[in-house]
Amino acid sequence: MKVLKRKSELCIACHACESACSNTWFKEDNAEKSCIKIKEGEKENVIISCTQCGECIDVCPVEAITRDKNGIVRINKSNCVGCFICVGFCPVLAMFMNDEYIEPFKCVACGQCAKQCPTNAIFIEQE
Amino acid sequence: MSIEKLKSAHKLLAEYKYELGKIEKGYTNRTLYINVGDNVIKEKPVTQLMKDKFIGGKGFGMYYLWHAVTPETKWNDPENEIVIASGPVGGITQYPGAGKSLVCSLSPLTGMPMDSNVGGYFGPLLKFSGFDALELQGKADKDIIIFIDGNKGTISIEEAPEEAIDSHILGEQLTEMYAENEEDKRNISVVSAGSAANHAYIGLLNFTFYDVRRKQIRLKQAGRGGIGTVFRNKNIKAVVVRFAGVKGNLNNAADQGKINKTGIKLHKEIHDFDAQQCRMRQVGTANIIEVMDQYDLLPTHNYKFGAHPDTYKISSKVFTGMITQNTPDGCWYGCSLSCAKAVDHFELKTGPYKGQKVIVDGPEYENAAGLGSNCGIFDPHAVLELNFYCDTYAVDTISYGTMTAFVMECYENGIINKEITGGLKLNFGNAEASLEMLHQMARGEGFGKLAGLGVRNLKKLFIEQYGADPVFLNDIGMEQKGLEFSEYMPKESLAQQGGYGLTNKGPQHDEAWLIFMDMVNNQLPTFEDKAEALHYFPMFRTWFGLNGLCKLPWNDIVPEGNKHSDEPAKIPEHVQNYVDIFNGVTGKNIDKAQLIVQSERVYNFQRIFNIRMGYGKRIHDAIPYRAMGPVTVEEYLSRAERYDGQLKELVGFNPEGKSTEEKMAALRAYREDQYQKLTDAVYKRRGWTMDGVPTVEHLQSIGMDLPEVIEVVKKHL
Repeated sequence: MKVLKRKSELCIACHACESACSNTWFKEDNAEKSCIKIKEGEKENVIISCTQCGECIDVCPVEAITRDKNGIVRINKSNCVGCFICVGFCPVLAMFMNDEYIEPFKCVACGQCAKQCPTNAIFIEQE
Repeated sequence: MSIEKLKSAHKLLAEYKYELGKIEKGYTNRTLYINVGDNVIKEKPVTQLMKDKFIGGKGFGMYYLWHAVTPETKWNDPENEIVIASGPVGGITQYPGAGKSLVCSLSPLTGMPMDSNVGGYFGPLLKFSGFDALELQGKADKDIIIFIDGNKGTISIEEAPEEAIDSHILGEQLTEMYAENEEDKRNISVVSAGSAANHAYIGLLNFTFYDVRRKQIRLKQAGRGGIGTVFRNKNIKAVVVRFAGVKGNLNNAADQGKINKTGIKLHKEIHDFDAQQCRMRQVGTANIIEVMDQYDLLPTHNYKFGAHPDTYKISSKVFTGMITQNTPDGCWYGCSLSCAKAVDHFELKTGPYKGQKVIVDGPEYENAAGLGSNCGIFDPHAVLELNFYCDTYAVDTISYGTMTAFVMECYENGIINKEITGGLKLNFGNAEASLEMLHQMARGEGFGKLAGLGVRNLKKLFIEQYGADPVFLNDIGMEQKGLEFSEYMPKESLAQQGGYGLTNKGPQHDEAWLIFMDMVNNQLPTFEDKAEALHYFPMFRTWFGLNGLCKLPWNDIVPEGNKHSDEPAKIPEHVQNYVDIFNGVTGKNIDKAQLIVQSERVYNFQRIFNIRMGYGKRIHDAIPYRAMGPVTVEEYLSRAERYDGQLKELVGFNPEGKSTEEKMAALRAYREDQYQKLTDAVYKRRGWTMDGVPTVEHLQSIGMDLPEVIEVVKKHL
């Protein structure tokens, strides 16, 4: 299974990953629409992104969230009823939403952000 | 019989086509009227007055019902209506508990307007199909089904002779029949009753939702007050709605972002704290069984006692082991509190479905207490079997439990015997007899048929036909206004006695549950404090019913730091959530005080509706003494230390050297006087006369001075 891995200690908070992600999926440079979030901290920056743990699969009332054959947790937007339980129940707070959309969004380990990371703080790994 | 065969037996009686509408800020601005007697189907506009004064949900239900009936109308007259409505907030998917339907009708038990709050998908799907409410009036000649297709814009009334009556089968049959394919089943919701509602006055309505994981229907109940009986009396077998395309923004809210944010905040709170607080996600409302026992609040043996050594046999731990976990057990999308628990593959031991494996929707706390401890039944399998049969036969578990407990006490006291019960040995603890009585009720036979008429009618029958002592029966028969009490022991909480007695529809805990505030935490020491709580909480809770909401996510989960807030019992942060989602949907700008005024209007309207029907006065707010104190020597002696102490400390009566009867009389005089003083204080706080009639000045001050309302009130001032 492909997963986006994080080494927060290497993150310099350049936010290039957020730009890459939102450009890839929403065609705009907007950190609010990124599936990866960088929270700047005094001691260390925190990288928030999906671990593909799948807890959201179980809480979805309409089975709109499933794991694909590659192990990636995906949202079927046409079945999603926009309840956002998955957002509130994500153990790492990596299920995101934006008021412009009625469905949540999340990292599918496409790797576009990792390509832009100058310090290799994020990288795709096969588990 | 195959679904095709069932369907081919249908005869189309009427068909109606309508323009699909659009919801604006929570309202479709249109309601649906169906007369099943003359097969008339029509649309009605929602007026600004309705929205301003009645909001929606049970407000719309009460408004339509008022105009449908006269003071002479009885529950089984054709003009009596069943109104089903969501509410402006209903159908949002982001905030837990937002899929409720409110059902209103004149009750066969009380003769007054009844309202019942129920989960399942019907209310929201009706709204998405284009209607804020559905009025059902008239009486069909033969069994009919109404089908509303919210995607095609068609409504049909079909004669339907072959389908089952019992809901667990009928719900499946109609979901299969009207869904276009397996995927479409989630878009169907069925309202139906059951075979006992053909005979009993305590009949309920089941509302389905399709459980996508179990691939079976689930049932939620509009339980109280016999509305299922009215439904079957109209020869309606079912009302089915279909709407495909549910999304999170169909209400076209004024500020969707505000709703999303508020909902996610609560989801997170439930995720973080529910496992340590109420365990609603794990075991649902059954979490409190042993807690009630600990505090002497779990009704046992017809409310004689509040605890029993065998309670551990039906504790939440036992049921947790029987519930088949299926995490997203919400009865509408987005309810992360998910209390709608179920036991799968439950093998029935009795009745027409004996040997079959079924889903039991429950157990709820009320079922464990009503069907279980209150009847002295501490067998979890029996509780679940009674629960299942009550649901599918359409019997209100609360009324059934309280009625059965009453009958058992009468049996043990020799007021009725085996000859009268047709052989049923109705001793406390006899689960077999309770089950057989329930099956009789469904078949419309024997003592079970009589029992289905409810406690008030049984009291009359036992007095008139079997020479029972009216004073004793009126003391122990736990009904008021004709409705059976719900399952909490109110003896030691005066505020809760008021919470049961000073209500619109009868003794339920839908208006106020003040036992902990009053008895355990002593937060309401004076009559004025109690009266304030008996003003605020009933008004606050009424508001859920105006908006298509559930009460549980308000206080069955509390935010971190709630205990440090200024008024912890109100859960101020959650009150603000409700203000936010209401404003978010409707675009209005109410605050928490205006929220209460919205409820006050409808609450007073309902009170005056009761008065209009010949009830609703102080005399009707009296409660049986079993709800206030020990009726029998056995009860007194079981808590003698407590009662003796109270006589000394509160009554100024020295119990030493006095007989138990003397002590009981002194305690009774004191407690009955307390209830009268409480009634005075509550009426004053609510703006009513000492006879319980809302004053014109008060109605003017809250903006409920409609001419038809003032006309009724003026006759009673």
